Amino acid sequence: MNYLLQQIINGVSLGAIYGLIAIGYTMVYGIIGMINFAHGEIYMVGAFVSLIAFMALGIAGITYIPLALLLVLVIAMVFTAAYGWAVERIAYRPLRGSYRLAPLISAIGMSIFLQNYVQLLQGARVKTLQPVVHGGITLATGSFGVQVSYLQLFILVLTIILMAVFSYVIAATPLGRAQRAVEQDSTMAALLGIDVDRTISLTFLIGAMLAAVAGMMVLLYYGVIDFFIGFEAGIKAFTAAVLGGIGSLPGAMLGGLLIGLIEALWSGYASVEYKDVMVFVVLVLVLIFRPSGLFGRPEVEKV
Amino acid sequence: MSAEPAAAAAPATNPIAPRRLAIGGILKEAFLTAIVALVLAIPLVGFRIVESGGTTGLRTRFWWVAIATGAVFAGRLALGLWRGAMPPRAVTGASWFDPVARYGRRHARLAAAAGIAVALALPALPYASRSVVDLATTVIIYVMLGWGLNVVVGLAGLLDLGYVAFYAVGAYSFALLAHDLGFTFWEALPLSGLLAATAGVLLGFPVLRLRGDYLAIVTLGFGEIIHILLLNWTSLTYGPNGIGDIPRPGLFGLVFERRAPPGFTTFHDFLGVPFNPSQRIDFLYYLVLALALIVNLFTLRLRRLPIGRAWEALREDEIACRALGINPVNVKLSAFGIGAMLGGFAGAFFATRQGFISPESFTFTESATILAIVVLGGMGSQMGVVLAALLLVVLPELGRGFAEFRMLIFGAAMVGIMVWRPQGLLARREPSLRLHPRGDGP
Repeated sequence: MNYLLQQIINGVSLGAIYGLIAIGYTMVYGIIGMINFAHGEIYMVGAFVSLIAFMALGIAGITYIPLALLLVLVIAMVFTAAYGWAVERIAYRPLRGSYRLAPLISAIGMSIFLQNYVQLLQGARVKTLQPVVHGGITLATGSFGVQVSYLQLFILVLTIILMAVFSYVIAATPLGRAQRAVEQDSTMAALLGIDVDRTISLTFLIGAMLAAVAGMMVLLYYGVIDFFIGFEAGIKAFTAAVLGGIGSLPGAMLGGLLIGLIEALWSGYASVEYKDVMVFVVLVLVLIFRPSGLFGRPEVEKV
Repeated sequence: MSAEPAAAAAPATNPIAPRRLAIGGILKEAFLTAIVALVLAIPLVGFRIVESGGTTGLRTRFWWVAIATGAVFAGRLALGLWRGAMPPRAVTGASWFDPVARYGRRHARLAAAAGIAVALALPALPYASRSVVDLATTVIIYVMLGWGLNVVVGLAGLLDLGYVAFYAVGAYSFALLAHDLGFTFWEALPLSGLLAATAGVLLGFPVLRLRGDYLAIVTLGFGEIIHILLLNWTSLTYGPNGIGDIPRPGLFGLVFERRAPPGFTTFHDFLGVPFNPSQRIDFLYYLVLALALIVNLFTLRLRRLPIGRAWEALREDEIACRALGINPVNVKLSAFGIGAMLGGFAGAFFATRQGFISPESFTFTESATILAIVVLGGMGSQMGVVLAALLLVVLPELGRGFAEFRMLIFGAAMVGIMVWRPQGLLARREPSLRLHPRGDGP
């Protein structure tokens, strides 16, 4: 029982990270209908920027942990957002309106480019960060204790805050309204005076910021990153977005949580090697019975 | 709200505007781009994480940031000036390549004949060293893979991001049949194609109900599952160590070795010529060329059969197809199965040529490269696949001199070519069947 509880706590923390990345996929898909393959790499860039920021702050002598966390968060979000914006500007905007697979190939090219860019600049070896947040709350003691570390709490609280802010932005600000309008019908939105290009750029900015937060969380959680982490996380986050119903924001978060839970429970009770296989098997099963994901709107074909 | 301020605010997105841009506007553009480059460069270029004996430290290199920012400024300025000086045609998307592509399409037979002639003569050409023939063999393997995926993506319109799975199934089937069970090349080749096709149908059966990008992610997942299985199912696949000692093909019982194993005759003894290792490389080259030509003929014929027409019809409009009594599931399954089979053949040949395979050869990058070949070539175009395969295989090979930057340039080239020609090198979807001959009617 305790073991199960511990695995669920671990799975939810992991799932929060996947969910934050998945939102970037689902938003971009909703607004321009493309799979942004480079999004995993944006998350990887976020993790690297966070690591560099942590070390720079350490050198600058800022050792008060909450302040350092906040500063790193802001730095990572700002610089990673610049990357997200630049990727859209260089690789996707010139292809807008051309046919469907062109931006996909461009995105795959961008992803290969960013991986090798970071590898060349920062080296191929694994980078480590000493644990920053220590300790935790013990929920149960005994033969198998259950513990929620402060880090896991930090991840969960931060995710909830971000989700609240983000839902507010989408639901109640001019940007959110513009974004939803472009998502429904970009031509009509443009006719009504919405700057479509700007709205799409801002969507990429927001997606990259959330990915940067996920990158920082992963850096704190595992303490180890390399230039290749974006690929696997990207695939899983995209799976999460599809699982939840692509285009749906709560769906992306729920999908992320589910993927995190499956991974944690499967590696806890069955085999670590096949946890990724299990993720895809669940995806296929869900899609067979609900072809548009858990929260997705079923597509209506018009003749 | 008037339209003018919006147009003035976004000069870069207006295709005609750069011509009228004054030098001041170009400078401003270049300056803004340089600022973005500066922001991008500060964290990742400006700092380098260094590991020394267990501890990690930070090194700064702001000179690099300055150089990168300056280079971007100069580059953007040059681009702006060039665009300003160019006639508007160059800006509106037409390019010098259009006439080439049109000529290639119009004289497709001639181009194909010339291509085959060059391919046949290649090993005899004066500068064709062993490595050139070897590289050409690799190109043809990718051409075969491209043609196979073309059936799925280009003709049937099903986006497959895990094509490498079938390539892997073909290669591993071949390796296991030949290595563990002692099958010869000619026995194992059709069997591995068949096994790959079975894998395609098995995967296709549950998931072909899915549409567009849902299908894409499931195929991507399938590719990953196969990769994980190859790594972890060690009792069957030998895991990360891979399978070695895969037998080479022979020609009617003649083997390409210096000394014949008992009961066999070597090729050079049979012809009475001295042994030369390039004989085997040339033989493998001609073998894959023959296989590729058969695959090409096969797919070209298929396109004219009812099944091929059904693929293209399904790609264009699924509802109309159903109304006309075409069963979409069967049609999609056949496309999936045949595409998988062609991938399996390519995999089997890959295994016998390398003599060694391991899971590392079958990663997502491989799927992405094959898909890029199909899309870059112009979907559904057989010649386009050849051109794109040449480009994507030879380009990284030329970059061997600066090996570290190879993949960086590869990725950038993929983006660059796509932005330059979004419709593919040999664009335009040609229907395989016309009611009216060309030139007549609309």
